[in-house]
Amino acid sequence: MASVIAGKKEKVQLRPGQRRNRRRNVRAALLFISPWILGMLVFTAWPIFYSGYLSLTDYDVINDPTFIGLDNYAQMLQDPKVSLALWNTFIYTVVSVPLQVLISLALALLLLRVGRASGFFRTAFYLPNMTPPVAIGIILLLIFNGHDGLVNEILEVFGIDGPAWTTDPDWIKPGLILMNLWTLGASVIIFLAALHNVPQEMIDSARVDGANSWQVTTRITVPMISGTIFFIFIVNTIASFQTFTEAYTAYFGAGGTTYSTDAALFYVIYLFQQAFEFLHMGYASAMAWLLFVIIMAVTAVQVLISRKLVYYEGGR
Amino acid sequence: MATRADIPRTSTTPSARLNDPDALIPSDGVEPPHRPARPSHPVTGGKRRRRMMGKIIIGAALALATLMFIYPLIWLLSASFKPRSEVFDNKLIPETFTLDNYVRVWQEAPLALWIGNTAIVTILGAVAVTISSALVAWGFARFRFRGRNVLFGVVLATMMLPGAVTMIPRFLIWDGLGMVGTLTPLWAANLFGSAFYIFLLRQFFLTLPNEVFEAARIDGANHWQQFWRIGVPLCKPAMIVTLIFEFQAAWTDLMGPLIYLRDSSTFTVPRGLKALVDQFGVAGEFAWEIPITASVITTIPMIILFFVAQKHFIKGVATTGVKG
Repeated sequence: MASVIAGKKEKVQLRPGQRRNRRRNVRAALLFISPWILGMLVFTAWPIFYSGYLSLTDYDVINDPTFIGLDNYAQMLQDPKVSLALWNTFIYTVVSVPLQVLISLALALLLLRVGRASGFFRTAFYLPNMTPPVAIGIILLLIFNGHDGLVNEILEVFGIDGPAWTTDPDWIKPGLILMNLWTLGASVIIFLAALHNVPQEMIDSARVDGANSWQVTTRITVPMISGTIFFIFIVNTIASFQTFTEAYTAYFGAGGTTYSTDAALFYVIYLFQQAFEFLHMGYASAMAWLLFVIIMAVTAVQVLISRKLVYYEGGR
Repeated sequence: MATRADIPRTSTTPSARLNDPDALIPSDGVEPPHRPARPSHPVTGGKRRRRMMGKIIIGAALALATLMFIYPLIWLLSASFKPRSEVFDNKLIPETFTLDNYVRVWQEAPLALWIGNTAIVTILGAVAVTISSALVAWGFARFRFRGRNVLFGVVLATMMLPGAVTMIPRFLIWDGLGMVGTLTPLWAANLFGSAFYIFLLRQFFLTLPNEVFEAARIDGANHWQQFWRIGVPLCKPAMIVTLIFEFQAAWTDLMGPLIYLRDSSTFTVPRGLKALVDQFGVAGEFAWEIPITASVITTIPMIILFFVAQKHFIKGVATTGVKG
């Protein structure tokens, strides 16, 4: 574990000078971490409690909060937009996260086989991650445009009459999911790093035993990096539940839209609208707590599943 | 000043290796030395042909993927040089090449102001979070005190907390301070460190050999000097990763500016870009060339940042994954 300045934990007889030293150490340590303690109390701990309290009130910023018990939560159950937003977010996550994991893993496995050239591809794959999400929302509207967008023009080459990706409610989510795949370069890099850590001896000995590439990949490499796969799965799921910027840029905001954007109403977008457009701060706080509970529950389930599926070197 | 190479590298244990980003990933573009191209089987003619085919297929697949990742950016850049009537012609090379869009976007929007605002938020935020997170990480890595592990557990727990939970009370804090509408809320919270970076930097500090600091202490260096003169220079790579990650996060953030900025003169570039989409794109006058050109202007600094600090980005991203 961490090598530390003060001695071991077990009781040792200390000379007074040493004791003073140790006290001074503690004071120095607290000084170093004091910014975080302060920030945590002001910007995390207090907000958590206050948000919990607000979720039990009716609050519009101008008038003082009025306590209304669990009314916000009861109202959420009946609000069709909450269930719609939850459903949208759920579908989006369930489709896009596995796709992301599969494609980025496949790309990383391919990169493993091109040797020196992988540096170039890695750069190319990562560039979309540098694009501001607002710009990604704009690119989405442009290249998925139903009339003369790039995507439909390419589909036309193959004789496919592309859908109205950005206006047809049935196709808005597929468009967002495809656009989201554009930024999976970060996952590719993480997978590639994990793949480089798989001991070569293992692969060599399997080869000597007559395993072909497919067998090596499915029986050795992928199980060996299952911990990383699981990590990407969880992180992407949590991020996906909180997706906001791209969809908000493309389908919401001051401009207003002439067509229905219910299909792109994700949970955090609705929460944001409730809080900062309708000033229903109490209701939005309750929504935030529901989101928190859902994310915790989903993560817990994923951890439970992973216990069965993930291989940890040397056990846990 | 001591450099990384001057320090005897004692970090050969697996756990130390895991904490050292340098050890995790081969340096940029170079394969790890222990990975031979292929085990040396006797190769028959048929096998060689199959292997050749395999190489071609892999190459084609990767080339196609590259095209998909790069082309939308090229499309955007190309469209920004086209007149309005040709924006959607999907041609790689503009038929009519024009710089009018760049002139117009400069006239239509206070772009210089927006870039200035973004630069303020980005630089202050990135510098603040790097220094404060390094201080805190140092406190957790180099000292042992009662409650340390509990406190560090709290650091990790705050990473799991969805931003939505604290979003509203934080807004009320800044509202109470009368700072809604100013740029301060967008960066000032960074003065108190950020859980993810604290974690990242602590991992890095833990890999430093104790002997160095022991020697410095005997030579009379106090805690601050040990941190500032030895720890920080030795952990420059991790500090740079923190700096550029936060730089990117601050430059591209939309939600913060949506919440805190009211007047167009205070906008950051992403917030301004959103305003331009609303005004000229979605429901406006369909002058898409304006948001397109503004998108290019917003994106280019990030692309430059990436190419300047590419090695650090790749290492940083790879390290965040291995912590899992």
